[in-house]
Amino acid sequence: MTAPYHSIVIGGGHNGLTCAAYLARAGKRVLVLEAADRVGGAAVTRSFAPGFKVSACAHLLHQMPQDIITDLGLIRHGLVFAAEAMPTISLAADGPHLRLPARVNGGLSGEDVTAYSTFMARMRRFAAHLRPMLSRTPPRLGTGTAADNGALLRLAWEIRSLGRTGMRDLLRIIGMNMYDLVEECFASPALRAAVAFDAVLGTNFGPRSPGTVLTFLYRLAAESGACGAAMAQPRGGMGTVSDALAAAAQAAGAEIRVAARVARVAVRDDRAVGVLLADGETIAGRHVISNADPRTTFLNLLGAEHLDTGFVRRIDHFRQRGLTAKVHLALSAAPPFRDLALAGLRSRMIIAPSLSYVETAFNATKYGDYSASPAMEIVVPTASDATMAPAAQHVLSAVVQYAPYSHTDGWSAVKQNFLDRIIETIETYAPGLRGLIIAAELLTPADIETEFGISGGHWHHGELAFDQFFMVRPVPGATQYESPLEGFFLCGAGSHPGGGVMGLGGRNAARQVLKKAA
Amino acid sequence: MTAIASAKRYDAVVLGAGHNGLIAACYMARAGLSVLVVERNPYIGGAAVSRQLYQDFTYSNCSYVCSLLRPEIMRTLELPLHGLQIIPYEGGCTMMRDGGHLALYDNHDALRREISRHSKRDAEAYDRFARDMLRQCRFIKPLLMRTPPDPTSFKPRDLMELLYLGQRFHRMGETRMYETLRFWTMSCADFLDEYFESDIVKAHLAGSSIIGTALGPRSPGTAYVLLHHYMGDIDDAVGAWGFARGGMGAVTNALAASFQASGGEIRCNAGAERVLTSGGRAVGVALADGTEVRAATIVSGLDVKRTFLGLVDRKDLPAEFHRQVENFKIRGSSGKLNIALDAVPSFPAIPEGAPCIRGDLHITDSIAMMERAYDDWKAGIWSQAPYVDMLIPSQIDPTMAPAGKHYMSVFVQYCPYELASGSWDDGKRQAFGETVIQAISRQSPDFRKLILHAEIRTPWDIENEVGLTEGNIFQGELTMDQLLFNRPVPGYAQYRSPIRGLYMCGSSTHPGGGVMGAPGANAAREILRDLRRDDLRLDGLH
Amino acid sequence: MSDAANRPPHFKQPLLTTPFHSRTRACSTVDQFVAWAGYTTVDVYTTVEQEYFAIRNACSVYDLTPMVKYRITGKDAENYLNRLVTRDVRRVKPGRVAYSVWCNDDGHLIDDGTIFRLETGEFLLCTAARQLDWLLDSAIGFDVAVEEVTESIAALSLQGPTSCAVLKALGLRGVERLRPFDIGRFVLGGADMTVSRTGFTGDLGYELWMTPADAVSVWDRLMIAGASSGIRPIGSQALDMARIEAGFIMPNIDFVPAEASVRIGRGRSPFELGLEWLVDLKKGHFNGRRALVAEQKRGAARRLVGLDIDGNKPALKALLYADKSCRREIGAISSALWSPTCKRNIALGLVDAPYFETGRQVWAEIYLCRELEWERRVARGVVVEKPFYAPARRKVTPAWDR
Repeated sequence: MTAPYHSIVIGGGHNGLTCAAYLARAGKRVLVLEAADRVGGAAVTRSFAPGFKVSACAHLLHQMPQDIITDLGLIRHGLVFAAEAMPTISLAADGPHLRLPARVNGGLSGEDVTAYSTFMARMRRFAAHLRPMLSRTPPRLGTGTAADNGALLRLAWEIRSLGRTGMRDLLRIIGMNMYDLVEECFASPALRAAVAFDAVLGTNFGPRSPGTVLTFLYRLAAESGACGAAMAQPRGGMGTVSDALAAAAQAAGAEIRVAARVARVAVRDDRAVGVLLADGETIAGRHVISNADPRTTFLNLLGAEHLDTGFVRRIDHFRQRGLTAKVHLALSAAPPFRDLALAGLRSRMIIAPSLSYVETAFNATKYGDYSASPAMEIVVPTASDATMAPAAQHVLSAVVQYAPYSHTDGWSAVKQNFLDRIIETIETYAPGLRGLIIAAELLTPADIETEFGISGGHWHHGELAFDQFFMVRPVPGATQYESPLEGFFLCGAGSHPGGGVMGLGGRNAARQVLKKAA
Repeated sequence: MTAIASAKRYDAVVLGAGHNGLIAACYMARAGLSVLVVERNPYIGGAAVSRQLYQDFTYSNCSYVCSLLRPEIMRTLELPLHGLQIIPYEGGCTMMRDGGHLALYDNHDALRREISRHSKRDAEAYDRFARDMLRQCRFIKPLLMRTPPDPTSFKPRDLMELLYLGQRFHRMGETRMYETLRFWTMSCADFLDEYFESDIVKAHLAGSSIIGTALGPRSPGTAYVLLHHYMGDIDDAVGAWGFARGGMGAVTNALAASFQASGGEIRCNAGAERVLTSGGRAVGVALADGTEVRAATIVSGLDVKRTFLGLVDRKDLPAEFHRQVENFKIRGSSGKLNIALDAVPSFPAIPEGAPCIRGDLHITDSIAMMERAYDDWKAGIWSQAPYVDMLIPSQIDPTMAPAGKHYMSVFVQYCPYELASGSWDDGKRQAFGETVIQAISRQSPDFRKLILHAEIRTPWDIENEVGLTEGNIFQGELTMDQLLFNRPVPGYAQYRSPIRGLYMCGSSTHPGGGVMGAPGANAAREILRDLRRDDLRLDGLH
Repeated sequence: MSDAANRPPHFKQPLLTTPFHSRTRACSTVDQFVAWAGYTTVDVYTTVEQEYFAIRNACSVYDLTPMVKYRITGKDAENYLNRLVTRDVRRVKPGRVAYSVWCNDDGHLIDDGTIFRLETGEFLLCTAARQLDWLLDSAIGFDVAVEEVTESIAALSLQGPTSCAVLKALGLRGVERLRPFDIGRFVLGGADMTVSRTGFTGDLGYELWMTPADAVSVWDRLMIAGASSGIRPIGSQALDMARIEAGFIMPNIDFVPAEASVRIGRGRSPFELGLEWLVDLKKGHFNGRRALVAEQKRGAARRLVGLDIDGNKPALKALLYADKSCRREIGAISSALWSPTCKRNIALGLVDAPYFETGRQVWAEIYLCRELEWERRVARGVVVEKPFYAPARRKVTPAWDR
């Protein structure tokens, strides 16, 4: 047996790769083990019909910090953007579409345009103050250590530094729902909905759910230092990002093995000492870092026998059922969105015509049904990137809100109906779409679970909500990227700051591992 | 109209003779101030009233149970001496659509065996649930009677109070601190999922988290409202709920008697029209009958919208404050039926002789059913299968109805203030009542024919009669953004307003609604502090 | 069971009766019953003292049915229990019983109880209080079934020097060969009966496990078989005296079960309760292990110890001090008794470091109510080893059978 690795990262998702890259850059001997036959986890580009490729889950890169891109030299390692600073178009069934950033068009009044920029400035200011939180290890309460106390004070200071008015404003709205907040600010139903939609995208909330201002600010905070001027589309899809991360990690000296499924974490004398692969191979490592979701990490990879009941109970209570589906359409021509030429398709389109539309879409999922009229984020990657489909043909990729993890009637019975409903809904805005469809694919949360090994199929590995956020993410006892077991760490989206292709979880975890190893 | 100046000057005038107004008035009168309480209606009580609207039946026609009223207030103001008697009732019950039921009993073994009928595991998880509720109660209870600190302030008092809260929180230890953070932000449904597997158990417990709120059991921030059910404080029996003997009016009547015994005056049929100011200071109040009463301290028991959008000149208020008051969420979400019955209706789901019939009765047997009731409200219609909190207090309190007859209070969640189809009218009110009666009739075949009289109250009616904006029983939603230092308006959570001498003491202020009295007592403490009368050290006021 | 169908509803009669109720009720002369784990059981039959001496002098019979019993089966049953409790369950062979405790994540005691290993993959866990919630949550990640079987097993505890003789007279051949913590299977009048050499008295004794349908006939046969050996039913009060002499702890008396406590800082670790002999830190992970390792490093801040107090007045609930002037409080007494057998005034008390060391002197502040006049006494106490009473016969095999 060879000498143990400094760190073994289980899972080659973007966070696992980022973590490995940073550890390798610190001169550590790192091994990444990926069960699939390519790296990327859910951030991959995959073929879904002959000649058609698409980003399997997230299809836009809008939260990866510029400094990670710079640190790791991702551009050098192949990351290219096919589109940057993509505008958002909220589709209207008739009448003009609403474009964001807002200008006087699409039926928006001058007041709303002003209100929008005032609102965004206000929110961006808060986001800027919250942003540093994302790159830090959240403090623990009650430990009394200088590090934790310092972090708490720093947090308090950041909020205080907003000034009295700003602080009061933040402390009020942070517990609110988006529905009320946008009603306070705008008159246009379409504008209200378009803004609120960003708060619920990828979450288990509707616009009326308290806590959605938090998810909105979280999203904005993550975007505020991001590359590609927020909305960007990597050429070749999200797989390019993962490939660049992998190349960066390898260039720094990390080893990556694909098709290497980890069966168990090896434990000796109450500490992690390596991993056992499904094929029986044992690999020794002084630190084991899991990129998998918390449930998989603790219940499958580590095993309850190494954990206390109270902790396992908390893991069991961690809510990690996805509510977001993904649809991919292979099209024989550009999708015929009304009033949008090919240039218009280079934007991020959303279907969220009104607050009640989105809220109604959410209602169904509370009772185990899919949204009859779902809200969506749509991109046409081929409008900016010809590598994704055969010449003159197109791909439509839609993030669909909402689809429950398990459907009351069983997904197998209703999946086709849901796909039909989604296509019908898009067709309202793109008449004639159906005739262009060569192939269609729907990934429900259950499919995402199966395909990417994310228990519950949640993109964020777990709901983003106050009670699963920051200091308590994923659960007390597994915060600060650590676990109850010595030498066993977390780096996935289940940890702070959560999902989205950000890489911060991986970078924060690497820092924590190095601190512990020191 | 020319103003007629009232001959007498007072130290303080309290607007509204609801329980909080009367409590603030009592404390001020006991401190030696001359205090006048003015009330718009011909009767006192606000939303804590007993009214005879049909023959010899007494209706607690707004609030209907008593548990939250702070014991230190009852004691200091000598309410028992002035006629207040609170009678505990045991348990409650949810009837199921399949004919089953779940009851809660005080006896631990009876309770365990009752819950085990639905889930053996839940029967034991209930102990963990009750333990965690008690843990949270122990943390929160002492905070009710304290003025929330302003976290943006550097004043020693605010800093000291923040420190006090921080220390209290810290003392819980790491694990419980996290549990507390989660508890205060979770949805009631998610929280209950961490304890129970049986839908009926969850549905029964969830009821107390949605009463009076424009949120559903799946809305984050509803878990902590479960505490309301556990904070009841009758004779130190934590969790006990009770009826005020003679209806909820007994609470305000006792307060009025206590107030008058301290030399206070109450004037009914005297609604406040306008708060008079001079040089940015409150100097009196103009009443609807044209009289003006002068006083340097004006205390409003009305909700914050009524007070500042209705009684105060807009130019007397900072624009930001005015906007914040406009943005304060007070939503009508509850209706009420008060029913005179010829006899106790039969409920086949409840076994013969079970004491739960004398407790709170419900017909919503799943979280989903409750959430759907909320979806209806969001769509601007009253719940088609409403959540009801039914009680028949006359089974315990003989003063509520003639012998052999009974009074039933039916609280209904959800009912919008403004319907999608437009405003309320008689026909819609009747249709709303019919929905409720039909829903109850599904569990009680003889219910309808026993009805002698029914008063149907929509949020619109409650607003018009009681004066609560949108008929909201808490004078403002109890959401995270409207609690503690945010209630009612950030920067004005210490009972003072931007106008010097004008105070707030209603449920729009910390700690909010329910017939608890803490806002009234806390406001009085702040007023007396400003008047440098806090050296009187009244019992129960820190 | 037809009995279950006929009994009054729980809201009218919350407590259940045990299958022995017709007999225990008939034996009760002073009508003193007590609720225990959802059952009504006899607190005192006749006089506590007479019942107590049946334990130490002859043969006592105690209705053990309310003891909460869980059947634990499945592929992972052994691993499951090994993670649950502090002892190494792998070392408990089929046909053996082990006394153990279990902790929460903080290493604080949830409960104590006995684990019966009936087969390789079948265990019976007997506890004083219900805890299905904890046991099921502990089963997450294990292939194991946990089922409460309290109502389907009736149980009697036979304790005292003639207990083996009574069982032999009953016809249980070879029962004397059971070693302490052995399980034996017997047939009595055509019915199966399981006998374990276990008990809560620190004396020679057995526990009999049977189906409820056989309960009454076993009771009747026992009374006949034991008539010449001084057999006598005893209530909870007499048993409590014996358990204090034996140095056994009781939940809610000597410690608050950690998962039931509301207040902060009420949890107690096995080290604090003097149960380190039950904690196997080397066996691999178990609930609370990491907290216990940390506590072991820190050293115990307090400890439940045996105390020998001057005088003959039981120091019930007395506060303990380091000095006779009662200025420095160092703990409190949780159980106390004038031991009729040892003729010592004994107690169990939680004492702060360093006063808990054996031989240290402490002072107990005892309040006595003598015909409504209260008298305060400060009595000297000495920390002593437990148990207070441990007759050799409790361990001898073959057991005394005379």
